[in-house]
Amino acid sequence: MATTKGGVPRRKFLKGAASAAAVGAFATTITGFPHIAGAQAKVIRVGMPTILSGRVAILGTSSRAAAQLAVKEFNESGGVNGRMIELVDRDSKGRPDEAAKVTRDLINNDGCEIIIDAEASSGSFAVQEVIRDLPVLCLHTCSETSSLTADPKIHVKTAFRSARQGIHDAVAGGKYASAISKSKGLKRWMTCSPDYAYGRDNTAEFLEYLKIFDPNVEVVDQVWPKLFQPDYTENITKILQVKPQAMYSALWGGDLVAFIEQSNLYSLFNNITFFSGGLGDPPVLTAIKNLPAGLNTVYRYNRFYPNKPGNQAFAEGYNGIAKQEPTNWSWQNRLACSFIFEALKRTNGKTEGTALASELKGMALDSPFAVEDKITMRDSDHTIIGYPAAWGVTSSKFPYVENFTAPAWSEIIQLESEWKKRKGYA
Amino acid sequence: MELEALAGCLSSMSCAVTQVSTGLIIGMLLFLVASGLSLIFGVLGVINFAHGSFYMIGAYFAFSAYQLTDSFTLAILSGALGVGIFGMAFERLFMSKVYGRDVLMQLLVCYAFILILDDMVKILYGAEYKLMGMPQTFALPPFQIAGGFIPSYYVFMIGISAVVGLVLWLGIAKTRFGKVVRAAAINPTMVGALGINTTLLYAFVFGVGSMLAGTAGALAAPIRTLTPGMGLSILIESFIVTVIGGMGSIVGAFIAALLIGLTRSFGSMGFPLFVDGMMFGIMALVLILKPSGLLGRPVH
Repeated sequence: MATTKGGVPRRKFLKGAASAAAVGAFATTITGFPHIAGAQAKVIRVGMPTILSGRVAILGTSSRAAAQLAVKEFNESGGVNGRMIELVDRDSKGRPDEAAKVTRDLINNDGCEIIIDAEASSGSFAVQEVIRDLPVLCLHTCSETSSLTADPKIHVKTAFRSARQGIHDAVAGGKYASAISKSKGLKRWMTCSPDYAYGRDNTAEFLEYLKIFDPNVEVVDQVWPKLFQPDYTENITKILQVKPQAMYSALWGGDLVAFIEQSNLYSLFNNITFFSGGLGDPPVLTAIKNLPAGLNTVYRYNRFYPNKPGNQAFAEGYNGIAKQEPTNWSWQNRLACSFIFEALKRTNGKTEGTALASELKGMALDSPFAVEDKITMRDSDHTIIGYPAAWGVTSSKFPYVENFTAPAWSEIIQLESEWKKRKGYA
Repeated sequence: MELEALAGCLSSMSCAVTQVSTGLIIGMLLFLVASGLSLIFGVLGVINFAHGSFYMIGAYFAFSAYQLTDSFTLAILSGALGVGIFGMAFERLFMSKVYGRDVLMQLLVCYAFILILDDMVKILYGAEYKLMGMPQTFALPPFQIAGGFIPSYYVFMIGISAVVGLVLWLGIAKTRFGKVVRAAAINPTMVGALGINTTLLYAFVFGVGSMLAGTAGALAAPIRTLTPGMGLSILIESFIVTVIGGMGSIVGAFIAALLIGLTRSFGSMGFPLFVDGMMFGIMALVLILKPSGLLGRPVH
């Protein structure tokens, strides 16, 4: 005897349920539309794949802390249209395949309607492909690799970058370094950068613009220590033998800390003008026990640059929860949250990827991190402009970098567009 | 290949002095770690795959002691003795259970401890890098010898490593206790039959081997960044050293460590893109020509 449920025979009910499930699964497979659990719920879930373990865990922990702070403030201010935001983070362990997997899980299983991709570059390229399949709004917040947004072949309509971009830093760095090389007569240059894609690309871009601004520069040697190499003595003594007048390094994080401490033992910086692509991050600056004054570094984060009350308030708030100064990744994630919140306000809480993306395109946001007033999410290639592409000098006084100088954004954009043409991106 | 630069360096006294000292700096620290690995294998017949993690916790012990006391001497002692005691406990509680078992079982126990120790460090110190900082005593300009540069801390580090190595060699080769250790390595049953407590002896030897790794970690703490997992790279190089020098030979480990150190330092001048390849090349050559290593006992 068939039992019934609400007047429908049990067998018929089960058949219908199975058919519905099959159709749903089929639709998901064929169309690629994500199953977004709780899409109608009040809470908007924002997923964050990031690196929370291993040698670069600080990338993830400082990204997450900044996003948590932003979400807390947003929710305390009432959310959007009565909807609050919940941040869901997952550890990718720095592996691109894992980054792609956790991003899919965040969207399909955890019901995340927006993704903040706080991955390093290799992970970001993997996440970009997931977003192509599951087109929720995604903001890349840590990858500085220019091609992620500059290359039209990998463009994704709902993916954006809220992070500094390598080519912008290269133009700013080349201009800054060339001014010093010309005034001090620094002709013999050397580089010491980690031997992997980022280290080599970043160094090549810096040298390209250094030579454009100062054609007299000659690169006499280059050393390529391994990524995460514990000891740099062999590289440092080689630099001593080559005797360059100036040096550029794309080392970063703990590797840069070790390199500078070990270089101090040889008094390396007494006779070499040093330019760094990673020294400006406050945790790096504070980890170095004997920070030499007068080293040149790209801006990563500084609570007094841009010198705005909003920037200092951000640093204070961040310090309150993380017990340290924000990193470069912190402000980039904070900015990404601001973009997302503003887009949500404009869509009145609607989270559909293309709707949010159309609001983000060309959005100019008042930001404490803007060099002038606004940071703009450029319409043409979904990346930000107007942030501090600046260089400064280390000092013994907190926050350990001062005298920031930055080229005008109009000049950066002009040289960037020429670079894009050369690369076939425009 | 930049053989011209290498030849130029060898013909310049200042360059040769700097690069030889670089070889010693790299080699002596490596020797401390590798000699511990070799000692444990030579006597106990087990390969301590967790040895790199012992180097890591030596560095963290030193870091903590330096933070607490501001004494560099106490920092070094904490790293060395702390890891020595930890090693003895590890041997008694875990490694002793897998003596004579399949090597895969030993590998499993060690690998589990690599993961456990990495996570413990992460929980206690955080995942971010740490730096102990250079003691004020060594905050001096580098010494100049024949135009070459040698930092004072590295002179100290080479000296300490050499003294530790010498004491170890004398202890093994010239003392009665050393004879017992060597006898236990060849015939532990006979040593036990003579009334010597081999259980205690094994734990002690494992402790000394661990202490060498801890000492290396403590000496590295002022100049290298401390991170969970930092032991992996030195473990790989230590295995290269023990294979070249011969498993179980302290003198072999010393020679091989210097060979690797000098390969790295002069290699960075002459073949900078093939330094790692050259290290493995030397190891392969030794394995082909003398499979037991330069000074290792032939395995029958």
